[in-house]
Amino acid sequence: MPNAAAAVIGLALITAAAVASAQPPAGAASCTGCHPSSARISSPVPRLSGLDRDAIARAMQEFRSGQRAATVMDRLAKGFTDDEIQAIAAWYATPR
Amino acid sequence: MTSTRRRFLRQALMAAGGVTVGPARVRAQSTARVVVVGGGFAGASCARALRQADPKLAVTLIEASPTFTACPFSNAVIGGLRELAAQQFTYERVAAGGITVVQATATAVDPSTRAVTLGDGKQVPYDRLVLAPGIDIRWGALPGYDEAAAAQLPHAWRAGEQTLLLRRQLEAMDDGGLVIMSAPANPFRCPPGPYERASLIAHYLKTRKPRSKLILLDAKDTFSKQRLFQAAWAELYPGLLEWVPLSKGGAVTSVDAATRTLVTDFGRHQAKVANVIPPQKAGRIAEAAGVADRSGWCPIDPVTFESKLSPGIHVIGDAAITGAMPKSAFAANSQAKTCAAAVVRLLTGAAPTAPKLINTCYSLVAPDYGISVAGVYQPANGQLADVPGAGGVSPADAPRATRAAEAVLAEAWFRTITGEVFG
Repeated sequence: MPNAAAAVIGLALITAAAVASAQPPAGAASCTGCHPSSARISSPVPRLSGLDRDAIARAMQEFRSGQRAATVMDRLAKGFTDDEIQAIAAWYATPR
Repeated sequence: MTSTRRRFLRQALMAAGGVTVGPARVRAQSTARVVVVGGGFAGASCARALRQADPKLAVTLIEASPTFTACPFSNAVIGGLRELAAQQFTYERVAAGGITVVQATATAVDPSTRAVTLGDGKQVPYDRLVLAPGIDIRWGALPGYDEAAAAQLPHAWRAGEQTLLLRRQLEAMDDGGLVIMSAPANPFRCPPGPYERASLIAHYLKTRKPRSKLILLDAKDTFSKQRLFQAAWAELYPGLLEWVPLSKGGAVTSVDAATRTLVTDFGRHQAKVANVIPPQKAGRIAEAAGVADRSGWCPIDPVTFESKLSPGIHVIGDAAITGAMPKSAFAANSQAKTCAAAVVRLLTGAAPTAPKLINTCYSLVAPDYGISVAGVYQPANGQLADVPGAGGVSPADAPRATRAAEAVLAEAWFRTITGEVFG
């Protein structure tokens, strides 16, 4: 019984870790409020999935610094640190 | 060790030992049951995000209506710029994604047995429950304003028949008529909404009935995007739209539906058409479930959206008390996805991670004149707080081309979010 319990717990923790790694980093889930993820949606706002990681990170940094013209992204980018921007960029650049 | 972790370990041990216990308590994490009540921007988003995060979850969405009628852009319907059909969505694609959609009214929640009771008495068991009931009107909070009065003086704050009623009243009014709106004290659904509505009614009057006038009686002295709205009103609707703040006697203290009269401490205003935006509270299942406090709204943990009053029940969207985050469709969608991630982690015994959430709200002041407010939020001191230095409203000195661009982006946002949630 103790061994079986340990095995179940071990399995569960592995599953938890796998689920956790499949979850978007802080802030990333909100992007699809405006940036479509569904291919059925057409919008002047670009789809993020599949964009180049460095391109996403650079755009966020330039929105944040005011170097790149924006309507709302300048205001939103100021809410994210360099590390958070890198994590969001990696999330959208990774095919899944 | 957290109580959640303890419970999880206990479940794992019982499962390993072959102990048979009640179905509501013990489930392998991959077949856990999550029930979502309310199929609006919060609830439908959450149901989908749950399935996306863990396709093995059994997700049930309980919603009384076969059709969802969206509030964002419903002010354009009132102003004759858009048809109600453009606001309406069904749950077919949500169901096609493997979510069990139950068309029923949730009438009660028993947190001890972990089951939702439906209108027909059926019980729906859950391992975790997400309530997304939106708002209810606080009938009686404004003397004279009850459900019968709303048939004369529409609130149109839950989109649908009320939206069409207000539009028809405006269409039937003779040129030269007086339209009166009243806006409530905070908090209420869609903080910029009354001011967008006033703008689009003013646009309708200016283009169709230019001798008419609109008075907006307000129970507040300040409001969302105020300087942008007021500058635009001065430019677009001079002499047509008058805003009366609290300090100038704007608070409506009672109404008389028979004579379409709104009463303030300073006088009586008789309207040809009156739109009363009344005080509100969380949708009624929140109170029945014991997750609403005396304010009528639902206190939540800002990391997991779990109720501070009843563990195992999460509350998202307009019904929740979310600190600096406004009661908006964008915020509801952002909260839904954050809550779904937390629920999945809790069900698998993992600790929830600190989220960041976003809001962006567009308002139309005219069909080609859009303005926005945006914010980024994080948990702080038990609430959701603004991330310092982020967010804010459209620039005050922007050219008309920027306003036109934001009007286009407003429409694009609506297409995207409704496509993501219902499409």
